[in-house]
Amino acid sequence: MFTDVAGEERQMITIRFDGRELSVPAGISVAAALLGCDITTMRTTPQSGAARAAYCMMGICFDCLMVIDGEANQQACMVEVRDGMTVAPQQGAPEIMVTEVPS
Amino acid sequence: MKRRYDVVVIGAGPAGMAAATTLADAGADGLSVLVLDEQAMPGGQIYRSIERPGTGPDVLGDEYADGFDLVRALRAAAVDYVPGAAVWQLSGGNEDAHVPRCEVGVSVDGCAHLIGADAVIIATGAQERPFPIPGWTLPGVMTAGAAQIMLKSSCLAADGAIFAGTGPLLYLVVAQYVKAGVRVRALLDTTPRAQYRGAAWLLPQAWRAGDHLKRGLAYLKQIKAAGVQHVKNVTDLRIDATSDDMKTVTYRTTKTGGTMEAAQVFLHQGVAPNVNLSRAAGLEHAWDAWQHCWMVVTDAWGASSVDGIHVAGDGGRVAGAVAAIAKGRLAALDVLDRLDRIDHATHDRLAAAPQRDIKTELMVRPFLDILFAPPAAFRVPQDDDTVVCRCEEITAGQIRAAVADGCVGPNQLKAFCRAGMGPCQGRQCALTVTEIIATETDRDPHDVGDYRRRPPIKPLRLSELAELHAETGYSEDNH
Amino acid sequence: MNGPGPVSTTDVAIIGGGLHGCSAALQLALRGLNVIVVEKDHVARHASGVNAGGVRRLGRHVAEIPLAQASWEMWQTINDLVDGDCRFEASGQVKVAETEAELDTQRQRVAHLQALGFGHEQIIDRETLHGLLPAVAPHCVGGIHVAGDGHASPFHTTRAFADKARALGVEIREGVRVQHLHRRGTTWTISTSDGVIEAPVLVNCAGAWGADMAAQLGEPVTLSAEAFMLMITARMAPFCGPVVGAAGRSLSFKQFANGTVMVGGGHRGTADPATNRTTVDMTALGESARTAVTIFPIIATATIVRAWAGIEGETPDVLPVIGPSQTEENAFHSFGFCGHGFQLGPVVGRVTADLITKGATDLPLDAFRIDRFGATPAEDAA
Repeated sequence: MFTDVAGEERQMITIRFDGRELSVPAGISVAAALLGCDITTMRTTPQSGAARAAYCMMGICFDCLMVIDGEANQQACMVEVRDGMTVAPQQGAPEIMVTEVPS
Repeated sequence: MKRRYDVVVIGAGPAGMAAATTLADAGADGLSVLVLDEQAMPGGQIYRSIERPGTGPDVLGDEYADGFDLVRALRAAAVDYVPGAAVWQLSGGNEDAHVPRCEVGVSVDGCAHLIGADAVIIATGAQERPFPIPGWTLPGVMTAGAAQIMLKSSCLAADGAIFAGTGPLLYLVVAQYVKAGVRVRALLDTTPRAQYRGAAWLLPQAWRAGDHLKRGLAYLKQIKAAGVQHVKNVTDLRIDATSDDMKTVTYRTTKTGGTMEAAQVFLHQGVAPNVNLSRAAGLEHAWDAWQHCWMVVTDAWGASSVDGIHVAGDGGRVAGAVAAIAKGRLAALDVLDRLDRIDHATHDRLAAAPQRDIKTELMVRPFLDILFAPPAAFRVPQDDDTVVCRCEEITAGQIRAAVADGCVGPNQLKAFCRAGMGPCQGRQCALTVTEIIATETDRDPHDVGDYRRRPPIKPLRLSELAELHAETGYSEDNH
Repeated sequence: MNGPGPVSTTDVAIIGGGLHGCSAALQLALRGLNVIVVEKDHVARHASGVNAGGVRRLGRHVAEIPLAQASWEMWQTINDLVDGDCRFEASGQVKVAETEAELDTQRQRVAHLQALGFGHEQIIDRETLHGLLPAVAPHCVGGIHVAGDGHASPFHTTRAFADKARALGVEIREGVRVQHLHRRGTTWTISTSDGVIEAPVLVNCAGAWGADMAAQLGEPVTLSAEAFMLMITARMAPFCGPVVGAAGRSLSFKQFANGTVMVGGGHRGTADPATNRTTVDMTALGESARTAVTIFPIIATATIVRAWAGIEGETPDVLPVIGPSQTEENAFHSFGFCGHGFQLGPVVGRVTADLITKGATDLPLDAFRIDRFGATPAEDAA
């Protein structure tokens, strides 16, 4: 359980996680926001399906890889939350987005 | 951001900020300096989020407050500061007159660029040492540094957490939690009693050197006064998941043992240079027998084995923030000297104070290195089932089996079992792998060697690479 | 200069512990000969361990096709041959044509091959192409398909050959450098950093270093050390089975069972054979990235986790050197495979063993003679 120790009003925004709406403080990382909402699994590993979550919170461990706004392999600790963002756990080896051919 | 600079500084922690401000202030007019910062705002890790403090110095401590001046100076300096910049490649020593001496590959806003420079200062700092114990990969297990990042950047703290390991940062974070009024379940201290005895002879000189030890003692006092259970001489640790959220930590000390429960466990046994960039750039490294990790080989000014590339701060060798600032200044002065953008008198005058600071800092470092050396049992996991390569889920047993099968080093190990081939590209497993192989083959870690790191040292989208122009080397969408 | 050191005698001394060296060693051991392999680093350290792993008859120079076809037959039961797991997958290989003009050229090639009696390459139309490769770009019009081709793990294959050779009594000395080759009467004397080896027969499988060895036999070859670059992505859900190349561009593209995608295609970094160092040129690799994204738009957002390059030896006509020495008796060559030696590894070992034990082989080797390059390099440099 992560609790808020800011001791002052914080601006809150809304992100969508796994189909739910979460109210989270603005200006923090996606990983921090999820931990603050007691979300304990950020991805499952491709090899064994083991549940993983952020370990280092500074972009070193790559355990917080999530699908953010449809794009896989995003380090959730390095991405700041945005109002209306969608976040999903990355299950194993992710599907890749279909895109237009870049010009 | 331009395509070409006189100097590029990679990293905006204490070393990077000190280097950049010194370059701007002491360098001749017209010197172009670029600062590339992976984070969203300056400060690195130790001064993280200092511009937007939710928790203030009263919680985070005086050391944190030291960073304010540095950040303000960076913002005021005549440099191009680019946040959100992920450097994925670095090369130096280019002798061809038609190309810059150094080249930095960097991604900003999903766009890849190649930037030329006459000199580069690597100030990318350190990372936490791996802490391979059973259960260290479970959700809810994080580093003490992560706890501190949550506190600084998000003002979030875990209630009733268990902290385990050794090292000044561990005590600092627990003290910060205590000051924030957050309940700490326990501090499981793996510092061996013998190391207190071993470090004692260095105590007098360490005591004279700055405030470190006084601060450290103050943290321990605060921790004790708050009634945090401080279990000492821990020799064995494992973490097991009991339910979706809770974990059981089982520990043994030299005298006793026990279990305790928590939703969050924070591990720490020191920091080590993050060598992916310096390795990929071809810099010479050496095994640091004091700190049990790799360090970059440099001269007293931070000049590396590759022409044009300097290293400053914990990214070269771990010596703390004050030393990092001093080394940042010295690297900048040496770069200015080599580029002929500073006169000798100014150079020598400005070098005096940082050189004194380093001398002072280095008086305390051996004491800390000996006292808080991570014990061998926690660097080389005995339990074969312990995960070593987190990304590919390779265990200590699998690595030992590969060695028995003829594997002679970390690079061969990659082909045997994929250790080191996952997204983190060896950051979490390299030190453990080198020491396991060294132990199994009775060789020195320096001889065993390290993973070969290659660009891109941060993941690069194929489309970004595709848009990097072949002729000019610069992306279509130039920022 | 070292003293002579301890002397070992054997039937055949092989220089180089890559796939070709280990394959020859295995075949000779199967025929009851004693073999010592000398490897300056370790088995599969160089090209053999880090290449793209293509098991390919598709797109080969006509001169190589008989070898490749015979090797393909060996690949069908390769695990039995080595008592191990080479991780060979017959996923098929496709060379994609992006325009009608490219497809026409392909048709002509296939017709030419069929006239020569080779039926492995088949033209596929747009519908078949998109059925085989659902993720391929819409503008692709067809291609050449070879159903039985595929890929294998270069490291595991080379190690498996080495392990089987050892099991049959072959001695592989790793970390040992050849310093000097000398023929005294009917005996080759090989001075190494760890003693002397004497053998009546010598085989040069030294890869990108093969020309140095050949020069010691008095038959210099122009061999450039090339660093073909490859890159690998993070794991992705499966979307592509066959190995894919492109008719009009340099491309090697395959998705492994673990979901990672390897992209390469002949773009070069720099190699320094003296130090074993290669550097990756990310700008040049950008060309590979562009090609990959053009042929498979779906991977634009895939992340590259690592790029690397091994050291390959490339001859002036991009064909390997295989066969007997033309200056010395009882010396044989098998090097300079220019980035396409992996699939040929099994058969060339067999062929080399044939030459040694029978004096002849059933497969045509004329195109690979070491003396085919005409003027010596020194004369060429005028």
